[in-house]
Amino acid sequence: MFIRWSAAIAAAVLLSSPALLQGASAADKPTDPQIAHIAYTAGVIDINAAKQALKKAKSKDVKAFAEDMVRDHEAVNQQALALVKKLNITPEDNDTSRALSKQASDKLAELEKLSGAAFDKAYVANEVAYHKAVNGALETQLIPSASNAELKSLLQTGLKIFQGHEQHAEHVAAELK
Amino acid sequence: MNPGRLPSIALAVVLLSVVVPARAATIEITMENLVISPAEMSAKVGDTIEWINKDVFAHTATAKNGDFDVNLPPKKSATFVLKKPGMVDYYCRYHPNMKASLKVEP
Ligand SMILES: [Cu+2]
Repeated sequence: MFIRWSAAIAAAVLLSSPALLQGASAADKPTDPQIAHIAYTAGVIDINAAKQALKKAKSKDVKAFAEDMVRDHEAVNQQALALVKKLNITPEDNDTSRALSKQASDKLAELEKLSGAAFDKAYVANEVAYHKAVNGALETQLIPSASNAELKSLLQTGLKIFQGHEQHAEHVAAELK
Repeated sequence: MNPGRLPSIALAVVLLSVVVPARAATIEITMENLVISPAEMSAKVGDTIEWINKDVFAHTATAKNGDFDVNLPPKKSATFVLKKPGMVDYYCRYHPNMKASLKVEP
């Protein structure tokens, strides 16, 4: 049942506890068009968060990090768009994508109220948590569920990118202290 | 000095000047799908390392000890000539999960 799985992924993003995802059974498998949509949405969310940071961030390191996020996630999403076109897949909106978008817009509103060093800290902390959650979802659900080999391989590259960003965000967070 | 030796000294000088620079090699290291390969590489002082970025993402080759910090735009390569012997661990500043090391022999 896809809805239950979506709730699990949303909860995982919220609590950044990928372990929750492991409760989902094989029957919860999202389809390739849904996976493509979730992966693309996850990228767009991080680009929007970075664009907000580029306007509001104070620290030079945080700004540079946000620039890296825009650059990398735009590159991944461009590849994703090219791939779905090639495979003739139409990304399909779904509960997970909707839950992710809802949480992201709430977070944007929350961060919008902050400024200066408080914003920088909150943005970077959220980047660590967000990348961690997406990594968990990619590893335990999206990659194993993908049936097309090229989609799977793009998700694997996406996972390495997200893991890299998580570590990068951790470095930036450590330097803010 | 035996005049007969002069040509052979000249020859030796010519050979030496050819041989010495030829010893410095260019070593290619690839970055593809966020993996540096080979991850461990031996080289000598004077060798050139050429990193080839096959990804659509920008990477860097950044030495932990500060010896080098090479930028690698997407689909581009860049080089660095090794100046000091020693073990150098390096990583990508944008994706610190990309790690590798160079063993630089004197
Ligand atoms: Cu990199």
